[in-house]
Amino acid sequence: MDSIDRAIINQLQDEFPICDRPFQAVAEGLGISEDDLITRIRQMLENKQLSRFGPMYHAERMGGGLSLCAMHLPEAEFDAITEQVNQFPEVAHNYARDHHFNMWFVLATETPERIEKVLQEIEQVTGYPVYNMPKKEEFFVGLKFEL
Amino acid sequence: MVLDDLDYRLIAEIQGGLPICSHPYAEIGERIGLDEQEVIGRIEQMQENGIIKRMGIVVRHHELGYTANAMVVWDVPDEQLDEIGDKLGSQECITLCYQRPRRLPDWPYNLFCMIHGKQKTPVLEYIYSLVEQLNLGHIPHKVLFSGQRFKQRGAKYQ
Repeated sequence: MDSIDRAIINQLQDEFPICDRPFQAVAEGLGISEDDLITRIRQMLENKQLSRFGPMYHAERMGGGLSLCAMHLPEAEFDAITEQVNQFPEVAHNYARDHHFNMWFVLATETPERIEKVLQEIEQVTGYPVYNMPKKEEFFVGLKFEL
Repeated sequence: MVLDDLDYRLIAEIQGGLPICSHPYAEIGERIGLDEQEVIGRIEQMQENGIIKRMGIVVRHHELGYTANAMVVWDVPDEQLDEIGDKLGSQECITLCYQRPRRLPDWPYNLFCMIHGKQKTPVLEYIYSLVEQLNLGHIPHKVLFSGQRFKQRGAKYQ
């Protein structure tokens, strides 16, 4: 990854133009050609440095449900239960964390009502309680990785 | 904003990613029977209405070296929540700052911040400095670093 790749990543986490030739517009700003930009983005997707190139939807405004959930699992069962939890397509991402509550995942459902339902299903399948912690107020969102 | 069937088809069509080519919106349009300008118009509309927060890339932060991902949680007295939430949310290194419900007695924390760093030690030092600068010494907090990542993908919509 060179300085142009890093500039591309920094730039495209902010904004992507909605116009006929958006890559051309971005490339111009970066002082490279459209072809070069397209090739580099494809390469970074292939290398799994980028996970996706596209829209970030606002779950609640789409009419969907979104929540952060936590579980406390015994170490011995952790891997097996992780597999069970990740089977649910509504589990968007899932991290182990170093705390009594050692599993944290985000649920994204098509309707807000589905959250409760999926939580119950996860509790049934795993046999452990799920702590639901939906967002109540947003003070700041600006997830961006400067490279 | 009321979304119609074509909007939903468009949402589903681009959720996995835009085509990486010279005319991505034209190519999307071809798949669902819209012309380039219609696709552009609908996407602009959805951005204006906040249904699409932004277009762009999602990085795999682990692969890019951001492996010290800390969730810092605070047990803030309710009456100080707005003040402290705004303060923390305006710090440069904090990428997300949300109020979430306590789950008593097991979970007393009601304010959640994310800090993504490359190494644990500087992240911890940064958190100590925040506590000092913002006079948060009296607010109980915990730092939960992420271990293994099991899954990372966006939400999926029909």
